[in-house]
Amino acid sequence: MAHLELKAVSKGFGDPSQRTEVLHDINLEIKEGEFVAIVGFSGAGKTTLISMIAGLTKPDAGSVLLRGKPVTGPGPDRGIVFQNYSLLPWLTVYENVALAVDQCFPDWDPARRQAHTERYIAMVNLTPAKTKRPSELSGGMRQRVSVARALAMEPEVLLMDEPLGALDALTRATLQDEFARICQETRKTVVLITNDPDEGIYLSDRIIPLSAGPGATLGPSIEVNLERPRDRKALNHLSRFKEIRREVIEYLVASNRKKRVEVSRALVLPDIEPEDLSVPRATFGARKHPIRRSEIKRENVEI
Amino acid sequence: MKLLRAKLDWILLPMIGFGAAIAIWQILSVTVCKELPSPWRTWLESREYILKPFEKRGEMDQGILRFTWYSLILVAKGYALALLVGTPIGFLLGLSVVFTRIFDPIIQVLRPVSPLAWLPLGLVLFLGAGKQASELGALFTIAVCAMWPTVLNTAVGVRAIPQDYLNVARVLKLSRTKTFVKVLIPATLPYMFTGFRLSLGIAWLVIVAAEMLTGRPGVGGFLWQEYNALNYAHIILCILTIGFVGFALDRLMSVVERRFKTA
Ligand SMILES: Nc1ncnc2c1ncn2[C@@H]1O[C@H](COP(=O)(O)OP(=O)(O)OP(=O)(O)O)[C@@H](O)[C@H]1O
Ligand SMILES: [Mg+2]
Repeated sequence: MAHLELKAVSKGFGDPSQRTEVLHDINLEIKEGEFVAIVGFSGAGKTTLISMIAGLTKPDAGSVLLRGKPVTGPGPDRGIVFQNYSLLPWLTVYENVALAVDQCFPDWDPARRQAHTERYIAMVNLTPAKTKRPSELSGGMRQRVSVARALAMEPEVLLMDEPLGALDALTRATLQDEFARICQETRKTVVLITNDPDEGIYLSDRIIPLSAGPGATLGPSIEVNLERPRDRKALNHLSRFKEIRREVIEYLVASNRKKRVEVSRALVLPDIEPEDLSVPRATFGARKHPIRRSEIKRENVEI
Repeated sequence: MKLLRAKLDWILLPMIGFGAAIAIWQILSVTVCKELPSPWRTWLESREYILKPFEKRGEMDQGILRFTWYSLILVAKGYALALLVGTPIGFLLGLSVVFTRIFDPIIQVLRPVSPLAWLPLGLVLFLGAGKQASELGALFTIAVCAMWPTVLNTAVGVRAIPQDYLNVARVLKLSRTKTFVKVLIPATLPYMFTGFRLSLGIAWLVIVAAEMLTGRPGVGGFLWQEYNALNYAHIILCILTIGFVGFALDRLMSVVERRFKTA
């Protein structure tokens, strides 16, 4: 049985009169321990999709099933890394993670909970910043706190919504390596949302493009059968890598082109006679005006 | 050099303002309004009250800080009452649309009512309390008038809590009480404190009116009595005291408020 399953899921926003369907007929099956990446354009509905898996929003049609049981609401069994970090600004790094740990493991004794919290903070290399508040952290550090919080909940499924979206390329690569390592260590079922196909391929077992909205739907699944651990540099030269990447990008581009509406208009050229620069400007007297060709009454043509 | 300049500006420029105000006061007192005591006369007549600020010579003849102290105590009581009542109302308004629909109109109607209008009603309400009536009436007036900024700011703060924070609570399956204590209250605190600061300002405004009408010992009561006794210099003394104390209170609350600014 699939660990996580979406069946004919659709979702729209707006009043009934001017409703736009954001997601249309989404079908997805994820096996236990599988790492699935979903790639799509900005505004395609990726966050909407992951919120439905998390149970934060309800689908209009279709169902989300976790181990065959319909998802009715959010819960700590699906840890989520929000696109905008969603750390509580009045809590320190430690407290943000501890809030989740205390909530998920209420029957552990305090020492064990503390050790657990510290372990996950260490996992994302944030032990030195443990007592800082989110406002004192860089974007990448906040992101890692958010990841630590989601992982520390020891969820069955880890949902990550563009966890590295706001970062520069260098930090991004570092964190991708960290993700690869952590996921290797914990072997969780993961859904990663990203707008970077390379990132998706580098991290996942399977990559699925989400077509451009509105009415976005999932494209064909592409198996990323590349050996782990993967070497980022070597990856770029593998033909399989290039093939996957081309497939994903071609699907996305094609889906986007289909959405574009063609408009034809008459091209209107400016109707102005170029000024003759060889004639000196008169300082006084009649000023020269730009002349429209359509206004010229007589034209001298040299023969 | 630049730093020194900045510091000088800090002290010097406000001094110019105060100097100008005193100059205008002096000019007014010798030209237009002969009844107005000049700055120097005000000082001479008030010296007793300022230099022996805690002296008690009679019920209505005490050092200025002693009067201030009485006023502050009354304000503190009324203010505490305003916060205790106002904060929960604010939370209810922010959390429940139905509650807002029911009570928002009446709040909007009661909010602009002046303390001078509330006070007689307060006195009537506590007629049965005998000697305590004037204090209870004053407390009632302070609480009713000072409550609104707390109520409204708390409500706005609750409504402004980002959905993200609530989503975190939902994913963690925090219970209602835990969501309230761990998310709602901390997220609203900055707004609440803005409300608290504004409320304190109003409470201090109201105290003077309340004391004037009830004749209780305090800065306001003293002011009114001295007006009736034709000691105009003391009116100015009271005005300045009220102003400086109000300013100090506001500064104090600003400091507290800033401590709770999260973001
Ligand atoms: N609560 C909402 N109400 C109305 N429209 C919404 C709502 N949430 C999302 N949408 C719309 O749904 C579409 C998809 O939004 P979504 O946030 O899922 O995009 P996304 O793929 O996550 O984009 P990005 O990569 O920029 O994060 C957008 O056009 C957006 O305007
Ligand atoms: Mg998004």
